[in-house]
Amino acid sequence: MLVIQDLHVYYGAIRALDGISIEVKEGEIVTMIGANGAGKSTTMRTLSGLVRPRSGAVMFEGKALHLLPAHEIVALGISQSPEGRRVFANMSVRENLELGGYVHYKKKAQIAEDMDRAFTLFPRLKEREAQLAGTLSGGEQQMLAIGRALMSRPRLLLLDEPSLGLAPFLVQTIFQIIRDINKTGVTILLVEQNANQALRVAHRGYVLETGRVVLADTAANLLSNDEVRQAYLGE
Amino acid sequence: MQALVQTLIYGVETGAIYALIALGYTMVYGVLRLINFAHGDVYMIGAFVGFFACTQWLPFKDLSQHPEAAMLNVVLALVTLLLSMLICALLGITIERFAYRPLRNGFRNADAHFWGFVIALPVTAFAGAMTTTKRQGVFLFAGVVIGFIMRPVMAYLAKRIKPSGSRLNALITAIGVSLMLENGGINIFGADPKFIPDILPKRQFNLFGLVFDSSGLIILAIAAILMALLRYIVLYTRPGKAMRAISHDIDAAKLMGINTDRVISFTFALGASLAGAAGFMVAAFTNIKVVPLFGLQPGLKAFVAAVLGGAGNIPGATLGGLIMGVVESLVASKFPQWRDAVAFILLIVILLVRPAGLLGKNTAEKV
Repeated sequence: MLVIQDLHVYYGAIRALDGISIEVKEGEIVTMIGANGAGKSTTMRTLSGLVRPRSGAVMFEGKALHLLPAHEIVALGISQSPEGRRVFANMSVRENLELGGYVHYKKKAQIAEDMDRAFTLFPRLKEREAQLAGTLSGGEQQMLAIGRALMSRPRLLLLDEPSLGLAPFLVQTIFQIIRDINKTGVTILLVEQNANQALRVAHRGYVLETGRVVLADTAANLLSNDEVRQAYLGE
Repeated sequence: MQALVQTLIYGVETGAIYALIALGYTMVYGVLRLINFAHGDVYMIGAFVGFFACTQWLPFKDLSQHPEAAMLNVVLALVTLLLSMLICALLGITIERFAYRPLRNGFRNADAHFWGFVIALPVTAFAGAMTTTKRQGVFLFAGVVIGFIMRPVMAYLAKRIKPSGSRLNALITAIGVSLMLENGGINIFGADPKFIPDILPKRQFNLFGLVFDSSGLIILAIAAILMALLRYIVLYTRPGKAMRAISHDIDAAKLMGINTDRVISFTFALGASLAGAAGFMVAAFTNIKVVPLFGLQPGLKAFVAAVLGGAGNIPGATLGGLIMGVVESLVASKFPQWRDAVAFILLIVILLVRPAGLLGKNTAEKV
C-alpha cells in the first residue's frame, strides 16, 4: 500500500533522513520506534507532504506522494495525527472535527455520520463538543487529534506519538482504540516513544537510528530481540 | 461638551476607515506572519478605481445640473464601490501570487513569465514615450517580445532563488511591491492631484445639537456592513474556518487537507477588497485629493491600528482602528500639528506596554 524508497530529507544543511525504506501493507499496523532525532517525525512529515525529500520516493498505491502538495495527499486517503496533537486551540471541538472532514465538505451526511462515529469512539469529546479545544486536557486533546484525523476517512492513518504525555491508564485506552480503528480496516503507521506498547499492538516494526532503518522485523520478533530490549524497552 | 462629542463622532468615522484597512493587515499577518506593506497602496488603487469610475467609466450625472438623477448616482456609486473592491481583490491576489508565493514555494515558470513582462513592458513603454508618439505601438510590441525573451533569463535567475521561510525576505519584498505600486502609479496616473466630484447629494442632519454629515454616515454604514459580512465569512464559512486554522497552525491546517495557497489567496482578496472599499469611500466622500501616495499615511496608521489591536486578531483590528481614529481626532482638535505623530506615539507606547496588542494573547501551548 505504502512504499518508502531510500528517502533522504534535509533541513537546510542538516540531514534528518539518510536513506529510509519502509513498506506498509494494507490492513497492517506498522510501527517506527527509535530515540529522539532518529527521524520518525520527519518521516511522518514527509509522508504528509509537509517536508520535501531531497531524493527518494514515497509511493502510495502507485502514486508518487513526494510530488504532491499536502492537501492532495489527504484527499488520497492519508491523514495524520501529528506529534504534539496540534489541535486548533481557539476553535471548538466540533469545529476541529469539521476541519478534519475538510476534504469531504460537500458530503454533509457523511460528515455528520463520521462525527457521530468520533463521538462514539471518544464519548468525552461529545461532552465537550462546544468547548474550545485549547481548554481540553492533554488526553482529551489527543483523542480530538485522532478523531479529527479520522474525519477525512483515511485508508492510511499516521499516528505520531499518540501516547506522549498521557496518564498510564489513558495510554492503555489509546492503544486499545488504535487496535479498534485498525479492525475497521484502516491501515496504521504508528510512531512511538513507548516502544513496548507500540510493539504489542503492531504487526511489524522498524527501528530507526540517526535517520536510518537499523532493524526491520515482525513486532513479536522485535519484542524478543535482545538489542531492542536493551536499547528501547529498558531491560 | 458638544464640540467634544462632535470630535468623537468624527473620530469614529475616520476610525472606521482605519479599521477597514487594518483588517487586511491583520488577516494577512494572521495567515502568513507577514506585514504586507503594499496594503496601503491597494487602498490607493481603490481610490483611483473610484476616481476613474466616477469621472470616466460610469455615466454619473452632475447633480448641480440634474438634481433628479440622485437615485441613478446612488446606484452607480454602489457599482463603483463593488468595482473598487473587485479590482483591489484581483490586485491583492496578483500580489500574493507573484510576489509572496514564489518566496514560499519556489519560483515557477509562470512567475518567470510574469516578472519578465513586468520588467520588459515599462522599459519599452518608457523608450516609446521618449520618441515620436506614432511609434508607440511598435515599442509595445517590442515589450511583449522582450517579455518572452526575458523568460529564460528569469527562469535562470529563479534557479538561484531558493524558497526560504525567511520573514525578512518577505518583508523586503512587501516594501518592494509597495514602491512598485506607488511609482507605477505616478508613472501611469500622473502625480497631479485628482478629485472625485460630489456624486451624491450632501445633507446635514441636526440631532441634539450635533451635526451629522451624510457622507460620514454613509462611510460608517458601509464599513459596518462590510465588517459584519467579514465576521460572518470568517466565523461560519468554509474558507473562513480554513483561514482561522491556518492562522493558528499552518502545518496542522495542511494536514486537514486545506489547500493553504488557495486560502491565503482568498485572505488577500478579502483584505484588499476592504481596503479598496475604504479607498473609494474616502476619495469620494471626504474630498481628499487622490494621488499615487494616497495610501502611504493611512496605510501606516492602519498598520499601527492592527498592532494596537493585536496583530492577527480580527476584532482587535476593528477596535484598534476605532481607537486610532478617535485619538487622532481628539488630538487634532487641540493640537493639529500633532495629528500625524500621534499614531506613531501610540505605536511606541503599545510596543512598550503591551506588545501583543490590546486583544492579542501570548499563547502558550500544551505539550
